[in-house]
Amino acid sequence: MIRFLLNNTLQSISDIDPNTTILNYLRTTKSLTGTKEGCASGDCGACTVVLAEVKNDQLTYLAINSCLTLLPALNGKQLITVEALKSGSQLHPVQQSLVDNHGSQCGFCTPGIVMSLFSYSKNAQQEFSKAKALEALSGNLCRCTGYQPIINAAQEINYPKNDWFDQQQQETIDTLKNIQPPQNSPANDALLSKHQHSTTKKAFAPVNLTQLDSLLKQYPSAHLLAGGTDLVLDITQKHQSFDELIYVGGIDELQQVSTHETHIELGAAVSLTQCHTILANEYPDFGHLLERFASLQVRNQGTLGGNIANASPIGDTPPALIAAGASLQLRHAGSVRSMPLEVFFIDYRKTHLAAGEYIEKIIIPRKPKHSLYKVYKLSKRLDDDISAVCGAFHIELSNNKVIRATIAYGGMAAICKRATQCEQELIGHSWDKSSIERAMAALGSDYTPLTDFRASAQYRIHAARNLLLKFWMESQPNSLPTRVTDYV
Amino acid sequence: MSNPSGTATTKSQIELEQQFKQSLTTGVGRKIPHESAARHVSGEALYVDDQLEYPNQLHLYARLSEQAHATITHIDTTPCYKIPGVRCVITAQDIPGQLDIGAVFPGDPLLADGTVEYFGQPILAVAASSLDIAREAALAAIIEYKPITAVLDTKEALKNKSFVQESHQHKRGHAKKALNNSAHRLQGVLHIGGQEHFYLETQVSSVMPSEDGGMLVFCSTQNPTEIQKLVASVLNIPMNKVVIDMRRMGGGFGGKETQAAGPACMAAVVANITGQPVKMRLPRVDDMLSTGKRHPFYIEYDVGFDDSGRLHGIEMQLAGNCGYSPDLSGSIIDRAMFHSDNAYYLGNALITGHRCKTNMASNTAFRGFGGPQGMLAIENVMDHIARHLGKDPLDIRKRNFYGKTERNITHYHQTVEDNLLDELTQDLEQSSSYGERRKAIMLFNKSSHILKKGIALTPVKFGISFTATFLNQAGALIHIYTDGSIHLNHGGTEMGQGLNTKVAQIVAEELQVDLERIQITATNTGKVPNTSPTAASSGADLNGKAAQAAARELKQRLIDFAATHFGVNPASIRFNNNLIQAGEQFISFNDLVQLAYFAQVSLSSTGFYKTPKIFYDRDKASGHPFYYFSYGAACSEVVIDTLTGEYKVLRTDILHDVGASLNPAIDIGQVEGGFIQGMGWLTTEELIWNEQGKLTTNNPAGYKIPAIADTPLDFRVKLIENRKNPEDTVFHSKAVGEPPFMLGISVWSAIKDAVSSLSDYRIHPQIDAPATPEKVLMGVQRLLKQVAEEHLS
Repeated sequence: MIRFLLNNTLQSISDIDPNTTILNYLRTTKSLTGTKEGCASGDCGACTVVLAEVKNDQLTYLAINSCLTLLPALNGKQLITVEALKSGSQLHPVQQSLVDNHGSQCGFCTPGIVMSLFSYSKNAQQEFSKAKALEALSGNLCRCTGYQPIINAAQEINYPKNDWFDQQQQETIDTLKNIQPPQNSPANDALLSKHQHSTTKKAFAPVNLTQLDSLLKQYPSAHLLAGGTDLVLDITQKHQSFDELIYVGGIDELQQVSTHETHIELGAAVSLTQCHTILANEYPDFGHLLERFASLQVRNQGTLGGNIANASPIGDTPPALIAAGASLQLRHAGSVRSMPLEVFFIDYRKTHLAAGEYIEKIIIPRKPKHSLYKVYKLSKRLDDDISAVCGAFHIELSNNKVIRATIAYGGMAAICKRATQCEQELIGHSWDKSSIERAMAALGSDYTPLTDFRASAQYRIHAARNLLLKFWMESQPNSLPTRVTDYV
Repeated sequence: MSNPSGTATTKSQIELEQQFKQSLTTGVGRKIPHESAARHVSGEALYVDDQLEYPNQLHLYARLSEQAHATITHIDTTPCYKIPGVRCVITAQDIPGQLDIGAVFPGDPLLADGTVEYFGQPILAVAASSLDIAREAALAAIIEYKPITAVLDTKEALKNKSFVQESHQHKRGHAKKALNNSAHRLQGVLHIGGQEHFYLETQVSSVMPSEDGGMLVFCSTQNPTEIQKLVASVLNIPMNKVVIDMRRMGGGFGGKETQAAGPACMAAVVANITGQPVKMRLPRVDDMLSTGKRHPFYIEYDVGFDDSGRLHGIEMQLAGNCGYSPDLSGSIIDRAMFHSDNAYYLGNALITGHRCKTNMASNTAFRGFGGPQGMLAIENVMDHIARHLGKDPLDIRKRNFYGKTERNITHYHQTVEDNLLDELTQDLEQSSSYGERRKAIMLFNKSSHILKKGIALTPVKFGISFTATFLNQAGALIHIYTDGSIHLNHGGTEMGQGLNTKVAQIVAEELQVDLERIQITATNTGKVPNTSPTAASSGADLNGKAAQAAARELKQRLIDFAATHFGVNPASIRFNNNLIQAGEQFISFNDLVQLAYFAQVSLSSTGFYKTPKIFYDRDKASGHPFYYFSYGAACSEVVIDTLTGEYKVLRTDILHDVGASLNPAIDIGQVEGGFIQGMGWLTTEELIWNEQGKLTTNNPAGYKIPAIADTPLDFRVKLIENRKNPEDTVFHSKAVGEPPFMLGISVWSAIKDAVSSLSDYRIHPQIDAPATPEKVLMGVQRLLKQVAEEHLS
């Protein structure tokens, strides 16, 4: 049984296909049609809703795409939809600000914009930050306004000191605490199931690794569901339906984050938003990359482990992680093994994960004090786009000679991989333009990229070489901006 | 609504007189929020798919062609019926009436009949109890094809003279002679990409059969009357059996002018067969695969000019990729030709427009309707001339502007009147500090190696009116109820542009009543018949005038009644701020309406309008196709990365002409939104088809419309003030829907300016549209190669 608050009403559901997205649940089952479907693929934000969760006796509010989220992710949380924002006939301050600033035209994207701004207003420090507002709205497409009135609306929100959600806060916290899944319940209790076409579709939500391990033993072909930002596309776009889903978002061990003297450990189900908090200080360019990783809605849901395990050649974090020297701790039936990330990928969407094995944590070495580490993402659109090429560079110099080089690219081959020949042209050589030029040429032996709708092979190889050149140029004394994203 | 104006009938004459002296706060010219704004933000605004479904609701899903051009050799729908929940399957054979749903010209079968002509063409449709079941069943049908050679390229179609309609020419003087005699001559080509509408709400229709064999159709369309006509024709029933109801669209942009018809007609056919309510909503990918887009164009130009950069002659070929059928392409290519001058006097000109037929979805209306492509072509010529002569492109532009008393006749022989180009450009040049910034940019570019900046100031002159003259008509219907509340209906459709708000403001102004008294209702073919599409930026011009006519008719009846009732001269009766003054008497609007009702005065009226002055003689390629022109200009500054091709818009200044604005807030919204959409067309929005003719950028993961971070970092938008439209338009306003779209050209030109800096502004970089980062980087490479070759030689 899934228990959650739908706005202010407690819901207990047990007889629904676990492949149902929150969007379809809201529109079809609950006739709450304020939440819109613009694409059903997490790219437009019209379906944005907010999830409230109890953390340290406080409510945290996260905007997510309801089209990419399955019902099990609601367990123990409050789902807030656009219908709940008004208090009586009184618009919520974010709604009022949009009206006052002429922030809607056709109005179809507007409920999603409202929800993104609502979560922004709940997390804002009362002070307008354009960067934060743009981040909050990075996953909301509007085809009518050109966004300026929406930016103005964000700026002019009359911050709710005590809106209906604040007034209800303690009550909400108490209710949510009451419906948290118990830690000691038997794991094989299906969270959801539905009898249809003589098959039974099941969803489980283990709360610890022991339960997860035993479920995987019992259902070896079950699909693990974490953020779901990729898996759910198989349901909404490829029209697949999974018989067994195991939702791992409720497992504390997979949410652990710890910083050690030599390394940082991140549980596989840590969200990309949380990763940013932890990694942006250590590897600033990793932080910048994460700021352009999909949209805030996707980063709030999507997990680091998921971005690795789906083994896409254009996943954004693998090149950055490989350049940082990351390794994985894999777990299978209670026993663990570790593996450097750079050898984890075998071929297009194929990894070394055995059946029933999963990523438990990601281990990232602390950044050597004097190393140079940069990541560049190239895409058609700066925000909320998938990389055509992603290049990550990490070198150490001694007396202006390269003593260590780890260079990895995404978008250049069937997997994300290191540019070993390019590295060889650098290691042991002077950190100067002629070495760079040789290393740029060597990228032609490292990669034979493809042409697709994101970029041509010619652009990919050419841009990949130029990124190396840019890395070198950025390491030289230079007072002028070197990236268009430096302009904010 | 008991007393909507809040005017207590018990107010004394003195109080009423006080109220009368104050002016109305919600009339024309006020910054009134969109009529649905509060419902948009609360989620209460209902779109077609949001309406409550019936217990026996059917959902419809179409199976699309997987071939660009093929004979269908076999269709087997038996597997569809094996899936529980399927109600019926329709193919071309099941259409009771006419199969073709071509808007103006035939060529668009509702479902493919024996042959498919593009990848994504609907072949059959399955009705089932849910969309998922309908889809599963549709995909289960067996379809076999025998492929035929497909034409997938505009240039190839042009070469083979594969056309959907005949080519057309505009001609003035002797272009060839002028070219031969010019001091300078340049030739070039330009590929211009198409554009997906990406309305946030995909195509959707919901149909309810009625007891008399008719249909009530809720359809997200810009063109209710055409949907009515086509539903009637596919069902072979008279139009009076079909009612179209359209409250609002979640965006249209031209994409719902003709192409909303498919889902509406398919759903109507199934409703007719089953007697059940049927809904068809296209999933995003299917919408992108099956519906037409902005026309891609291939341009060839040959231009002659003097040392100052002034044009003496030009020959231009504009080849539009129409897709597989005519749709509206004839008028769209015409409009590209009409706008291939933009703001410039072309001199001796020969402009040829070709309507190329390819095996692609039938390209259709999209904000600007061909105008943007024609204008981009000539703006590219301006940049090319500037680099050739080593001059600032803005100087070349200004040198070629239409004159006020001479050099003021277009290549289709219409005189350009009320020409604002010089003043507008001068104002914007000054307010944007164009000159200083250009100097600063040149300085920056000298010291910055990776990043380069560029700037461009480009003008817009856009002709307003449907070029199909008969479409320039509109109707409206106003009822005043006995409590003084007003029910307003007109033939235009609301797609976010604020048309309903503006029309209500016009009625409020005419009748001098508060806006809240006026209930705007869904566009409905049962209320206002024979409407034109809401397109060509004409919505407020046409429907505003029609509603004004209806309001004036009612006002006249109330005046006549009041004159008799109060025994005063009709000329002395005044309406102001919810009150009427009749001689010494003041009476509230409500009270007057009540009295009029008891005196048996009709309180309902229609209104009608047709645009004066316009005509076009196609045989002579000459006339006055536009009632007036709208003007604007934009100045954009960009920074590009010469190593990656990435770019960002740093600042945009816009000055735009809307005559006397009906609603400045809504007009600014149109200008800003139009600019960003135009910028998207020319930058990140790239349509790519594979060798099989399948659109591969068929979802928002691959097709990138501007996101919030693409808005210029510094965005300054102004309307020209105190400048009424000299023509007798509604309250002397001007149309605003399309013209601002073409302000986005400034970004494209600025990107090319930045690239050109690498040649010290001597070489015009060949960068086709859209200028994606890839195209920019390749443009940089080509240009650097040219520079290197020059050094060698």
